[in-house]
Amino acid sequence: MADATRTVHARVEGLTRVYPARDGRPAVNALGPIDLDLYKGEFLSVVGPSGCGKSTLLELLAGLALPTSGTIEFEGIMVRGQVPEGVGVVFQEDSSFPWLTVWQNVAFGLENSGVDSAEIGRRVDFAVNFMGLSDFAKSYPAQLSGGMRQRVCIARTLVLRPRLILLDEPFAALDQQTRLLMGDELLRLWRETGATILLITHSLDEAAMLSDRVAAMSARPGRLLEIISTGWPADRTSRIVENAAFGAVTARLWTILRSESMKAIGHGETSAPA
Amino acid sequence: MTRYAWVRISIVAGAALILEILCRTGVVPRLIMIPPSEMMASAWQILASGEIKSDFYFSFVNIALAIGFSVVGGFITGLAIYSAPVLRATLEPFLTSYSAVPPIVFHPMLIVIFGLNRAPQVIIAVMFGLVPMAIHTISGLRRIRPVFLKVGRANRLSRAASIFQIQLPAAAPYIFVGVTLAVSYSVIGVISTEFILSASGIGHQISFAYDNYDNRTMYGLVLLLLATATLLNSSLRHYSQRMLQRWTR
Amino acid sequence: MKARQAIYVAGFVALLLILWQGLFLLFGLRVLTPPWSTFANAWNMLRMPYYWPDIMESIRAFVIALLIAFGLGSIGGILIGTSRTCSEVLEPLLVNINTIPKVALYPVILLIFGLGIWAKVVFGALHGIIPIMISSIGAVRNVNPIYIRSGRAMHLTRWQMIRLIWVPACVPEMFSGLRLGFSLTLLGTIFGEFFASQKGVGFLLMNAIDLRNIPTIMALILLLVIFAVVCNSALLAADRRLHRRQA
Repeated sequence: MADATRTVHARVEGLTRVYPARDGRPAVNALGPIDLDLYKGEFLSVVGPSGCGKSTLLELLAGLALPTSGTIEFEGIMVRGQVPEGVGVVFQEDSSFPWLTVWQNVAFGLENSGVDSAEIGRRVDFAVNFMGLSDFAKSYPAQLSGGMRQRVCIARTLVLRPRLILLDEPFAALDQQTRLLMGDELLRLWRETGATILLITHSLDEAAMLSDRVAAMSARPGRLLEIISTGWPADRTSRIVENAAFGAVTARLWTILRSESMKAIGHGETSAPA
Repeated sequence: MTRYAWVRISIVAGAALILEILCRTGVVPRLIMIPPSEMMASAWQILASGEIKSDFYFSFVNIALAIGFSVVGGFITGLAIYSAPVLRATLEPFLTSYSAVPPIVFHPMLIVIFGLNRAPQVIIAVMFGLVPMAIHTISGLRRIRPVFLKVGRANRLSRAASIFQIQLPAAAPYIFVGVTLAVSYSVIGVISTEFILSASGIGHQISFAYDNYDNRTMYGLVLLLLATATLLNSSLRHYSQRMLQRWTR
Repeated sequence: MKARQAIYVAGFVALLLILWQGLFLLFGLRVLTPPWSTFANAWNMLRMPYYWPDIMESIRAFVIALLIAFGLGSIGGILIGTSRTCSEVLEPLLVNINTIPKVALYPVILLIFGLGIWAKVVFGALHGIIPIMISSIGAVRNVNPIYIRSGRAMHLTRWQMIRLIWVPACVPEMFSGLRLGFSLTLLGTIFGEFFASQKGVGFLLMNAIDLRNIPTIMALILLLVIFAVVCNSALLAADRRLHRRQA
């Protein structure tokens, strides 16, 4: 649903990623072609069966990988193999550095960005408090639970004040209850920072609950099958599951994706959505 | 100390006790081995009298030099090989075969090149210790979790900053294992060379005592050497294990 | 990929030979013999019956040492590894013993075993046995408990468990220890022949060192290196094949 008053924050056009043939293994068409517009300030989730290339899409968008063809644009400037200023990435695995304390971890990106130390102190203190880590600022990641470590990673991204935050299945390693709480955290973060958020997830519930729009991808090579707009209000929380429309969104997603998922595990079926 | 540590200590003490009994009762003839208690007495005597002080000093300096060069040289070599994946694949069979040839054999050549000073012995000991250090440097750098490197790129770190702020700290515990081995092998290298080809140093004194049927001195020195080496190596290993535990989960 | 790797290895060897020749040009015959004559000397050594008794002696000692190191090391390691308490008690002890400069024990071994072949066999085996044991303990301990439970769930007999589960699971990881043990045992055996021995490749080396006979030293080193590299590459290839099945 194109909204003429909304600005496009990031855009990919004709994006593909092909892994070339090696060692007698054939070339792998991992992704595409994909066309996608990300609007400023929106919360967009991407779901799809395993192996469909969701993580690849995120890495291309972040500038961590180069596409085989197509273009990537962020704030009007082409992205080519370098992470643009203003983009923050949270990875699937816990990426907190075990040799630094929580505080030092969060400060990590700032140390290299030429910000003076007083400002670093202010921003890190703010991020640590914001993510509820102030009691643990001097602890090491090894002493924290998985959920807390992911919060450290998110805080580390936050201090750089990114305008676009890319999250690659950040809660995959957590249990369901923690995931729901972290989802609320993510919404709070989104509201307070006003950043654009792209969330990759394999959980249809999570996508339906948190997002303004949900993009469903086909099995490999991943293409966009449909983008569903949820129309949720901006002040939503995980309690949105009580809304009757929530079930309709997830049902629609599953209808689109069911046959794709079967293809991903090896059962052939045509990909025409119902 | 943990329960298991006590068990280990009692195993070693028990073995020493059995040996003591076997020696004292004559089952093991004096010509072959003296009782452990006498070994300890001899070791104490040697330490107290200070007669071997210059040899200790000689060996110690060589060992220290060898450790220094092995660690630095091994680290640089490891870093270089790691940065060039081509080299890594090519060199692997050579690196593991390396340990099969005693570098001592190069002694005559080294004497001709460097003369009759410390250099040949130190160089041979470095040949012992440098390769394990390089191998573990490579291994440590390889084990860096790829996501750490991605964090570096997501933060737009320069290549140098990535190496010093992410890669080296991440690889540190494994590299330290290499340091531990470099120390251990430097000791072995220096002592082995002194054993066969030197006129001073602990290794030489042990060999000298053996040639003169002086079992008492020989065993005393062997005990001193074993005790020092074990102490040094186990404290290094203990520290390296603590490091590993904190770094990895 | 394999072809490309072979080219790299060939290139590396060529580079070494060029460096060698360069060092010879730099330092002369008092320090080195050039590649061509070293290879020729080594070839002559293999052909002349004069050297055969020594070579055979070393091979004999090495093979026995290897069998002891492999045999006792793996069996001991497996036995220790199957018991949790045993491995937790003994493994740190073994690692500690491994760091002892074994050369310090050599005079003791000579006193116990005398000047014959057994001293060098024991010395060689001593170098290899402990790393092999440590690596076997590790291999047994690292077997995924899921495999064991699956085997029990399938009601396998004890013998079937060993044959179908334990052995295939352990062997690949043990193999790396065996590779290291091979080189170390070779080192130990040769070193054992340096001192108080009248036969063997190590004795020939020691003799040549005393006489400053550079050509002989270089030729013997070359033979040792070729032997070690060939055997190690074969073991490495076997190691890779075993690990590929594991993935």
